[in-house]
Amino acid sequence: MNWTWFHKLGSPKWFYQWASNWGGRCVYLGLALLVIGIIWGLGFAPADYQQGNSFRIIYIHVPVAVLAQSCYLGMGIAGFVALVWQMKLAPVFIKSVAPVGAVMAFIALVSGAIWGKPTWGTWWVWDARLTSVLVLFLLYMGVIAIQNAIDDQVFADKAVAVVSLVGVINLPIIKYSVEWWNTLHQPATFKLTEKPSMPMEMWLPLLFSALGLYLFAAGLAMWRMQNEVLVRERKASWVKKEVLEHGV
Amino acid sequence: MHPVRKKRMITIAVILVILAAAIGLVMYALSQNINLFYSPTQIAQGEAPHNVTIRAGGMVVEGSVERHSETLDVAFSVTDYQHNVRIQYTGILPDLFREGQGIVAQGKLNENGVLIASEVLAKHDEEYMPPEVTDALEKAKAQ
Repeated sequence: MNWTWFHKLGSPKWFYQWASNWGGRCVYLGLALLVIGIIWGLGFAPADYQQGNSFRIIYIHVPVAVLAQSCYLGMGIAGFVALVWQMKLAPVFIKSVAPVGAVMAFIALVSGAIWGKPTWGTWWVWDARLTSVLVLFLLYMGVIAIQNAIDDQVFADKAVAVVSLVGVINLPIIKYSVEWWNTLHQPATFKLTEKPSMPMEMWLPLLFSALGLYLFAAGLAMWRMQNEVLVRERKASWVKKEVLEHGV
Repeated sequence: MHPVRKKRMITIAVILVILAAAIGLVMYALSQNINLFYSPTQIAQGEAPHNVTIRAGGMVVEGSVERHSETLDVAFSVTDYQHNVRIQYTGILPDLFREGQGIVAQGKLNENGVLIASEVLAKHDEEYMPPEVTDALEKAKAQ
């Protein structure tokens, strides 16, 4: 297998230039898709036969909830890479993505509560799905707090990598909580192996908003990583040259 | 692979496996506490304690809902298609409460095995459908 891309990715300079090309494109394309998906979903998709219009929260809730988990999975992988190969960019990734994922987990919790009140009759129950997502949010908070609390950057990166890696155990718990235990939260509508329990005119806008949100978050992460790279490599000659030529 | 990296990788893998196993065992031991509600079968088999606040969940049995004409008292049965549990409740039911719909009720079992509920929550399933589709399905069924 050819590993050159992997080694290239470890070079902050190469990454910075690559992200300059792709960060903005991802953000704007993602925003466009997101706006289309949300307007389509909130305004034009058919209402649900039981929940009526309140089901439309799905066009926000599902993309942010899935993205919150994906971000953490990415951080876990980066934590592993940081601990084993000690690549420079892996801790940069964790530090940059954690706040994005935390916001996503928070929106997932809040939008779910807003939906839960009219549908279930309560804002919150301590069922396995809701609790495990709250744990995910707290893990994000922990990662951010550790990163800020430790002054020594090398030590902070290591501690954060360990928390990211260990926290990945929570992801299968979130995913399977609705199958392993009795929960108030319904099981997944979308499964890899089966047809979705939802007609196409309902899931197509969802696909747009999910794809858009992923792209938007990816671009945002690249921008944040670029900033972090500039700070960490501020003594490198290529950074000086970059800043002199293009400004920041 | 470089021997140092390989060693690190193995150490991390071992720690992760042990942690995952520990968390798995804890959750297995606590599984009844993590379950949000008892099923009617569990209640019928006497697994649920009496006179202690518990939750019971199941599908509302068709035709079992009795409403008092002057108060907010309501009684209904829930089922998991093997056993039934009778539930009494005073208050406003959630919008999604209807026959054939999943619900979760919090309350205490009395001596007769009736759950005196203090809270009733509607459980939504993972099926979504536009109303026109359900109308069409019902028409097809009627024919």
